[in-house]
This record gives sequence, structure tokens and C-alpha cells, in this order.
Amino acid sequence: MSLEARGLTFAYAEGAAPAVSGIDLELNRGELMVVVGPNGSGKSTLLALLAGWRRPQTGAVLLDERPLAGLPHRERARQVAYLPQSVAPLYDLTVREVVASGRHPHRGPWGLGNGGDRAAVAEAMTATATAELASRDFASLSGGEQQRVLVASVFAQQPRWLLLDEPTASLDVHHRVAVLDVLRSAVERGSGVVLVTHDLNLAALFADRVVLLVEGRRHAMGAPAEVLVQPVLEAAYGPELIVVEHPEVPRPVVLPRSGLSR
Amino acid sequence: MALALLVSAVAVVAVAPLVGTVALPAGRVIEAIFHPAAADPLTLQIVSLRLPRVVLGLLVGAFLAVAGASFQTLLGNPLATPYTVGVAAAGSFGAFLALAWPLIGRLGPLGAVPTQAVFWSALELFLLAFLARRARWGGTALILAGVTFNFLFASGTLLVRLLADPFRLQAMDRWLMGGLDIVGWRAPATAAVMGLPALIVLLAVAPALDQLAFGDAVAHGRGVPVARLRGIVLAAGAWLTAACVAQAGPIAFVGLLVPHGVRLLVGSGHRRVLPASIVAGAAFLVAADALARTVPLLGRGAEMPVGVITALVGGPVFLLLLARRSSANRSSIGG
Repeated sequence: MSLEARGLTFAYAEGAAPAVSGIDLELNRGELMVVVGPNGSGKSTLLALLAGWRRPQTGAVLLDERPLAGLPHRERARQVAYLPQSVAPLYDLTVREVVASGRHPHRGPWGLGNGGDRAAVAEAMTATATAELASRDFASLSGGEQQRVLVASVFAQQPRWLLLDEPTASLDVHHRVAVLDVLRSAVERGSGVVLVTHDLNLAALFADRVVLLVEGRRHAMGAPAEVLVQPVLEAAYGPELIVVEHPEVPRPVVLPRSGLSR
Repeated sequence: MALALLVSAVAVVAVAPLVGTVALPAGRVIEAIFHPAAADPLTLQIVSLRLPRVVLGLLVGAFLAVAGASFQTLLGNPLATPYTVGVAAAGSFGAFLALAWPLIGRLGPLGAVPTQAVFWSALELFLLAFLARRARWGGTALILAGVTFNFLFASGTLLVRLLADPFRLQAMDRWLMGGLDIVGWRAPATAAVMGLPALIVLLAVAPALDQLAFGDAVAHGRGVPVARLRGIVLAAGAWLTAACVAQAGPIAFVGLLVPHGVRLLVGSGHRRVLPASIVAGAAFLVAADALARTVPLLGRGAEMPVGVITALVGGPVFLLLLARRSSANRSSIGG
């Protein structure tokens, strides 16, 4: 079982420089892959391609050896969930409604649910610690709470593959770690997760594999200890970073250099 | 809440045939509907004029409200109306052609005005769909294209008005205000045949519209065929609008006011909003038309165009809704 990218190349306009070029990846079940890279390196575009939301000009995304683009939409969504970077519902919804909306691909005509709906929604809200927000107005939540609720809606979808674009961007440290813990437990139950983030330390602590993109190309890929090293990062981000070891676990920690020393 | 809505809608429809420039007692109207042979001829005549009108009001009110609710989601803009994409402006242009030069454009049993209105609406929709397909059906692109078509056809309408025989201007202006003053069953029958299939299509995609309200990418991630859905909603909503404009002119505010009011009552899920819009839209327009027949503003025996009533009532009500909504939003930011 795998979600695979083969030679993905995508440009937003004809003749423009490709946002993503020649990317090969293979994600396995039970694996958390984190995609990092400087601004504009093609992280979000890569995720949109993996989700089938953008169609690559060349290359293909394969789900269990079959082209993702050829699957019926609902069947695809029961396998692969996609949470884009900014989500703003047009109308007022309660938290429970937002989470339950993730059940769409499992529902029949006229959106009629089956017995599993309620349980899936409740489970997703428990896992993301959003149950106590259930009857709140989604728009009235803080940015961090909204992101947890959106992650809950992805869980309610019960996919095998979760593609998440910066789901921790506006969370404080505590909630970042909480969301990553939840994703980790999903991985342990056999899901595959691809997470786009700017947070290199989150990648270092939680990723099974890190993919570093630079200018739309796969600059490096491997375990955190292989990718998050000084020479590799320097080529992507410049010389302003230093890498040290985490005091508790054998994982790298990436810090900005002190401006005072220069 | 939904039940209260339904009950008041039924009450409006029950009372509507009784009122007008001549008021009729309920007993005589019921007699005229169910035992026409025994009824007195004058009552029978008035009822046979008013009933088709009530039915047309029901249909047009329901269609415009559902088209408005669907377009607000399709275009990602709560201020969208059935007329935003320009299909009503095109229909009005066609109607003006037919009103200015009545010899052109009859189609079989349909009058020249509905025929021309539908033809130009369909042509506009075709061009819009062609452009929208190229722009991946994005909401902003659709609105901009719609605004452009609105300007183009409004200019065309003005040009026709300029070239037309001055004696025909009053009929043209009155048509533009929107009215349900029809005779016989042809108008409601045509509107029903045109509109009901599109209405059913929109009801069927209600759960997918819920997803579209989260944005295209989220909807895709949850298994909605976004491009196809956008094409379907645009075509069905515009066709509903064309069916209304062809029979009743561009009646204002129903498609904006009713969906917003309905969302306050039943929440924002389309499986509740669309059916509730059918009921509320139908009741609102029939009530407005009953008012149009009764208000003696233009002297005894003359009627107000219903579009003037919907705009006069709808405008202030909509402003009130907006004021309530924005104060609710302000308080929620603090919470």
C-alpha cells in the first residue's frame, strides 16, 4: 500500500517557471513524512498535486499503483484527505457541523449518513480535544482552535492518507505538540501522513522522513538526522542556522544563529 | 422554526386569492375553486384571474430564492443574487426587443416577450459558461464576467428604449419593474416546465454545496467533483432565473433577502436552506403580490408592480439583517 509521486512537474501558467519539478516520492502506510523548505519552494503545490487538486503537466500520482486521477471522486476522498492551508467557511457553522462535514465522502445521496457517522465524528473530536467546543460557533474560535477543529474534520473523514498543509502554523507550542501527537497515533494505527510545515524542529522530532524542497526540486530526503544537518540546510536556507542535538532524544534541533556574534 | 415557516407560508397562500382591488369573501372563493358550476360568474372570473397569478408567484418566489441561495455559495459571496451573473439583464434585453417591436420572436404558443427573454438569457449563459470554463469556474472570475454582461445588456436595453416608439415606453418600464400581472395559466405552466427540473437538480446537489462553502480545495479533498459541480450549479441557477425573468420580469430582492433570512432561521446547511428558501420565497412573493394588488397607491383599480413592493420592503429588511449580523459578529470576536 503506497501513495506515490512519479516525476511530478507543475507550473501555474504556461511558460512560467515550474513551481514543482521532477519530484519522485513514495509514502508508506505507518509513516509520517514532513515536507520542509524555504518560502516559495513548492511545498503547498506538491501537497495539492498529491491530493489530486492540481493536475501535473508531467508525471503522475499513484495510489496503490493506480493513477489517483482515474479514481471516482468519493472513492479517492475515502482514501486520501487533504487539508489546504487556509480554510474559511462562507457561512456560520458550529464546530460539530465543521467536523461532521468531513463525513461527506461516506454519505449517500442527499447527504444521508450511516451508523458510523456519529461515532467517527465523536472519535475525531475526542482525539483532537475539540469535544468541549462542539456547540461553539466555528468563526468565534481562536486561530489555533480552528486549526484543531479542521484537523478533527480530516480525522472524521477516516482516510488512509492524510495530506495536511501547515496545520500547526498558528498553534502555540503546546498545541503544536498535541496535534503532532495525534497525527503520530494515527500513523501508529496504519495511516500515512504528509505534513507541510516551516517548523524544522517539529520535523526533527516527529518525522519518520523529511523531504527538503528548494526551488521546486527535491533537495534532500531521508531521516531527520540525515536531512537536518548543517551543510544540507545551509544550501537551502543560507548560513544563518546552526544544528545541535536535542538534550533528551537523539534528534537534531535547528536554531537561528545569534545576531550578536557577528 | 421550520414548521412556523411552513404554517405562515400556507396561510399566505390561502389568503392571497381573497385580496386584490376587489376583496372576496373566503366562502365564495372556495366555492369558485371547488364547485365552479355553482359559483357566481363574477367571483369565478376574478378567481380565474387570481389563481394563476398566485401560482406564478409561488413558482417565481421559490425559484429566485433557491437560485440566490445557490449562487451565494457558488460565487463565494453572500451578496450574490440570481441576477449577478447577468442572465436577467440578458432576458430583459430580449423582453425589450419584443416589447419595442412586437412582430419579432414569437415561438409557437409562447408570447414574444418570454420567447425573446429566454433566448437571450440562454445565449448569455452559453457565453458565460464558455468563459468560465476557461477560468476554471472561479467565483471572482464569474462575478466579473457577470458584471460585464450586466453592463453590456443594460446598454443594449437602453439603446432599444431609445429607438423604440415612445408609446411603448411605459409598457417597457413597467415590465422592468417586475410584475405578476398575467392572464391565464400559460405563464405559470411555462415557468414550471422550465424551472422545476433545474430546481430538482439544485436540491440534489445540496450536500455538495455544503462542501463548496468551505472553498474549492476542501470540497475536492472531500470527494466533490468541483469543476463539474460549479458548471451544474451555474447552469441550473441561471436557467431558474431565466424562467422567472421571462414570465415576471426582473423582480428585485427576493433572491438576496430570502436566503439570508432563511439562514437565520434554519442554519446554513443547504439541505435545510434550499427547501426553506422554496417555502419562504414562495410565501414572500405571493404576500408581496397580494399587497401590490391591495395598496391603493396608484388610485382605485390600478396595481403596483410587485417588483416595487419587494424592493421597498426587501431593501430595509435586508439592511436590518445586515445590522443584526454585523453586531453579532462584533460580539463574537470578543468571545
